[in-house]
Amino acid sequence: MGAPVRSVERVGEKVLQSFHNTGHAMFMLFEGIWFIQFAFGKRSRRETATQMYITGIKSLAVITVVALFTGMILALQTGLELKRWGYEEFIGSAVAVTMIREMGPFMTGLIIAASVGSAIAAQLGTMTVSEEIAALEVMSINPNRFLVMPRLFALIVMMPILSVYTNILGIFGGAVVGTTQLGVSMQAYMDNATQFATNKDLYVGLFKAFIFGIIIATVACHQGFMTTEGAVGVGKATRRSVIISFLIILVVGYMVTRLFYI
Amino acid sequence: MIRFEHVTKVLGNKTVLDRISFEVGEGETFVIVGLSGAGKSVTLKHMIRLMMPDDGSILIDGQEINRLRHSALQEVRGKFGVLFQSAALLQWMSVRDNIALPLRELTHTPEEEILRLVNEKLEMLGLADAGEKFPADISGGMRKRVGLARAIIMNPKIVLYDEPTSGLDPVTSRRIDDLIVNMRSQLGITSVVVTHDLHSALSIGTRIMMLHEGRIVENASPEDFIRSKNETVQSFLESQYITKKGKWEGMGHEKV
Repeated sequence: MGAPVRSVERVGEKVLQSFHNTGHAMFMLFEGIWFIQFAFGKRSRRETATQMYITGIKSLAVITVVALFTGMILALQTGLELKRWGYEEFIGSAVAVTMIREMGPFMTGLIIAASVGSAIAAQLGTMTVSEEIAALEVMSINPNRFLVMPRLFALIVMMPILSVYTNILGIFGGAVVGTTQLGVSMQAYMDNATQFATNKDLYVGLFKAFIFGIIIATVACHQGFMTTEGAVGVGKATRRSVIISFLIILVVGYMVTRLFYI
Repeated sequence: MIRFEHVTKVLGNKTVLDRISFEVGEGETFVIVGLSGAGKSVTLKHMIRLMMPDDGSILIDGQEINRLRHSALQEVRGKFGVLFQSAALLQWMSVRDNIALPLRELTHTPEEEILRLVNEKLEMLGLADAGEKFPADISGGMRKRVGLARAIIMNPKIVLYDEPTSGLDPVTSRRIDDLIVNMRSQLGITSVVVTHDLHSALSIGTRIMMLHEGRIVENASPEDFIRSKNETVQSFLESQYITKKGKWEGMGHEKV
């Protein structure tokens, strides 16, 4: 068999494999969503609460720092340009609209994908290679209920909440820069911030955060379950989980913005 | 009870199982031996449909497991308890919670009854003081015993053991062997054991099947296995210092 034929075969195998993987991820997601009705049932409430704590509370420190500095950088970059034209009082609206529409959910998504998503992929990957997932299957304990659902639920609930937290801190960070370095009064900053940001911006931002939560949970759990090759495989799955989540968050973020604003 | 009919499995370019057929009867301790990569664990995984054959059929109590729908598959899997090679304990749960897991997840047994059953199994396997410990804090031998306790907590008819003594010291290995023999003599459980430890196989088995390059080269009682004329079997026996001239002293476990 010639090299061109082998190449076509390899491409074909990759395409089939990607269809298979997507199908597996979608099935896992739909089962996870179906099992959400049992999130606070007797058998799942402890794990659900644990995952909500890990996603929400344990991520607060890093989100606080990133959100504050995102707002500060935004305020500084746009503020310096606006100041050249004498419009520095509009810094509040620029920061608020950017944070609420885009940067809040986007930055939260990236942080959670890198911290919580990678941890989920590593944990489920380790469980896969050490046969713990197989053991659950043999015991007729559905891994999608036992493992995926609590993580999915935690992410789709906590992501919008964390996104709001990121927005507030980002706007506050912008206010710090605006008042201390650009000479804008707090009153003017807040008036501008509340005047231009609409309810629609908030709802679209929350919707994005919700979708990003689903993306992170699905990619991380799927990559974890697909892990092979022992410790090396766990490392690969973790890396793939973060990269794939980042890419899908970018693309979906753009598509949602286009859907609601054009 | 378990029946393989012309089962073939190809992984990558390698034929791991090549039209193998055998049967495990009720109450047997059936041991599968062979070199690494001979297809032992693959055979075990086919019994509980963690793997599907490319050809042939596998029957559990007359039901072809590969054709079962989800609920029927769960019912058949309910007949099995499995001790995985790594014990496969959930690391974030205590020993007690690991053993109680199937009861809590699959039954409506009251918590007091669950604790009683778990304590009974802990006592039976010599783990009475380990209930509150976590898998990372106990030895390899203890982890295997916890895995065994979890495997039998639902009173399965069949227990599968994947390399139950691998990585253990000889004393602990013999202790695990004793437990496997006790499963049969005290609880009447049918066992299928995968191992490359012939000393263990001859001690616990009522029948020993040897796989080599995906094929069955021997399937006999321990006494006949040791006298096998097959060159691969003889070479395997000799590699572990077991010869057909003298009776293997370990074959002392009373066969029920």
